[in-house]
Amino acid sequence: MRRIISVLMENEPGALSRVVGLFSQRGYNIESLTVAPTEDETLSRLTLVTIGDDHKIEQVTKNLNKLIDVVKLVDLTEGAHIERELLLVKVRATGAQRDEVKRSVDIFRGQIVDVTSNMYTVQVSGTSEKLDAFLQALGEHTIMEVVRSGVSGIARGEKVLSV
Amino acid sequence: MELLSGGDMLVRALQDEGVELIFGYPGGAALHIYDAIFRQKGIKHILVRHEQGATHAADGYARSTGKAGVVLVTSGPGATNAITGIATAYMDSIPMVVVSGQVASDKIGEDAFQETDMVGCSRPIVKHSFLVTSAEEIPEIVKKAFYIATTGRPGPVVIDVPKDVTNPADRFPYRYPEKLRMRSYTPAGKGHSGQIRKAMALLLSARRPVIYAGGGVVQGDGAELLTELAQRLNYPVTNTLMGLGAYPGSDKRFLGMLGMHGTFEANTAMHHADVILAVGARFDDRVTNTPAKFCPGAKIIHVDVDPASISKTIVADVPIVGTVQSVLGELLEMLKASEEQPDQSAIVDWWRQIDDWRERHGIYTASRYRTDGDMIMPQEAIKAMYEVTGGDAFVTSDVGQHQMFAAQYYLFDKPRRWINSGGLGTMGFGLPAALGVKIAHPDQDVVCVTGEGSIQMCIQELSTATQYHLPVKILCLNNQALGMVKQWQEMQYEGRLSHSVYEESLPDFVKLAEAYGHLGMKIERRDELHDKMREAFAIKDRTVFIDVYVDPSEHVYPMQVMPNGSMRDMWLSKTERT
Repeated sequence: MRRIISVLMENEPGALSRVVGLFSQRGYNIESLTVAPTEDETLSRLTLVTIGDDHKIEQVTKNLNKLIDVVKLVDLTEGAHIERELLLVKVRATGAQRDEVKRSVDIFRGQIVDVTSNMYTVQVSGTSEKLDAFLQALGEHTIMEVVRSGVSGIARGEKVLSV
Repeated sequence: MELLSGGDMLVRALQDEGVELIFGYPGGAALHIYDAIFRQKGIKHILVRHEQGATHAADGYARSTGKAGVVLVTSGPGATNAITGIATAYMDSIPMVVVSGQVASDKIGEDAFQETDMVGCSRPIVKHSFLVTSAEEIPEIVKKAFYIATTGRPGPVVIDVPKDVTNPADRFPYRYPEKLRMRSYTPAGKGHSGQIRKAMALLLSARRPVIYAGGGVVQGDGAELLTELAQRLNYPVTNTLMGLGAYPGSDKRFLGMLGMHGTFEANTAMHHADVILAVGARFDDRVTNTPAKFCPGAKIIHVDVDPASISKTIVADVPIVGTVQSVLGELLEMLKASEEQPDQSAIVDWWRQIDDWRERHGIYTASRYRTDGDMIMPQEAIKAMYEVTGGDAFVTSDVGQHQMFAAQYYLFDKPRRWINSGGLGTMGFGLPAALGVKIAHPDQDVVCVTGEGSIQMCIQELSTATQYHLPVKILCLNNQALGMVKQWQEMQYEGRLSHSVYEESLPDFVKLAEAYGHLGMKIERRDELHDKMREAFAIKDRTVFIDVYVDPSEHVYPMQVMPNGSMRDMWLSKTERT
């Protein structure tokens, strides 16, 4: 099963490598990973997407918790949550394609953020699934370059992950 | 406030932490620190002959005392040489603090002379690590390092110290922190009372119980409580390789070690158990054999200080996260207050069954090895050593057949007396570990049980024994081959002995010992074994290398059938299987 695990950790050098190292050392999957400091500059927030059965995920969270740098973590997929990923894609857009691409961008509520005579650079945000769907809608031929941010997530409602 | 350089701060912080001993080896990046050591009196430094020896010696010191072992090495090769010993401590959850010199901060990343990314190299085998970025950080980092290394599930911590940080010219105010606040690290304390109550109820309902105790009981100082609990319940106890001594080996309730080379009665009792109380043990693959076939009818109570150890390989029915002391203490109080008692007739039947297993194939009810030849059997050598030392020696071990024979035939009545590399299986561990133990226990018999293969992996430490006058005994079960490798090759590779025999290339260990200033003794005949052993152990003020020529064809039995075997599937001899 796909899980989104959100980790609050000390904003220290080496902390990220310990998290990444843990995954390779124990043979866990990382589908995506994003990390940045929070409003409290001593803390970083890391969101990672991993795949595994319940037993594997239990081990992942236990071993993450064992890392000295990890302050707190939550498996967002255990409850209602909001998941967002940012996609930047350069799309070939000439002639009739220009309108067609623009329509797809509108349907997916994306934005064209840069334009040349042959190309659009499009920004779309949403769940990973939505971004997959958008890329599929564009069709292989028009895509020149894809950049995805990896998933960020936050729990719905009043639940908060903080120190 | 007093002004100190980074080097002096480091040494002072170690003093303030109560460190008495450092095992180390100097080199460029560590020289400021070594100068600080020269100018102080509180801490004794032991110069080893190889950094691996420093880590194993510190490890032996830690295992035998319960205190953290401390290691000091230089950057680059000094640091990488320490890696095997750090990994050894990590796998066996031994508290250790390793200070490594590092090239100056402004050189880091430039492939400078003797530069290696120690924090990176050691990352998968440490509990935590620190790279010091300024001298002012040193006191707090040292405090944290010892706190992390010694609490919760213990383990090694690395402090990597760039040379400029220890510069004697730069001085800073020194104050050792009294308290620590670490929001990201809270080691487990007491177990959940509800879970402990459930565990008690399950224990009392058991008809075929087994207590399975591991190294956590030794490390967590839970041996006395475990013993009292087991004796009050009158339940059988088996110890893991790491747990030997957690329950008195000579007590009648002790079934012997379990696992790959566990006793017939321990493995068979585990397989048929209905309730297993696992304490400070981690269901290692050398214990469980095939997990899917592990103890099919058993409900499992698992007590461990590390939540990640619980249900990792074998799912626990009653998981309890807490220190073994607090959980065993609570179980014991609950048992004392309980009106319920185990079903005595069921327990009597269970003991009758176990005694029958003991009679049939137990290694303590009869000699399960040849006793009619001229050659010394390795088991006999261990038994002789057991008798001569009154069963009360500190025994360190290397890795291989000799380790298993020692584990099977030396019955440890006390914790912290059996010191071996269980998890990583590090050949070369025994001798330096013995030196670390001897320093901590100068008046006790300390024996390194080894083989002619393992001893050569850290034999240079014979010189350390000379320098610091550490009179240990080295009992070498010499079978002129890598015995355990050879055993596997004979059992699983149709006897193709690929690179496991030495073909007349072995040194004369008697002369070698003498070259280092020690005594050497060779024992070749069965009829001289006991006399010579007594003679060797009567010598208290010299290191004695006892080279015992044992039957090279002997295998370690029982041996669990692999792959796809259950706990009770064992070879009992070269021809006999359960």
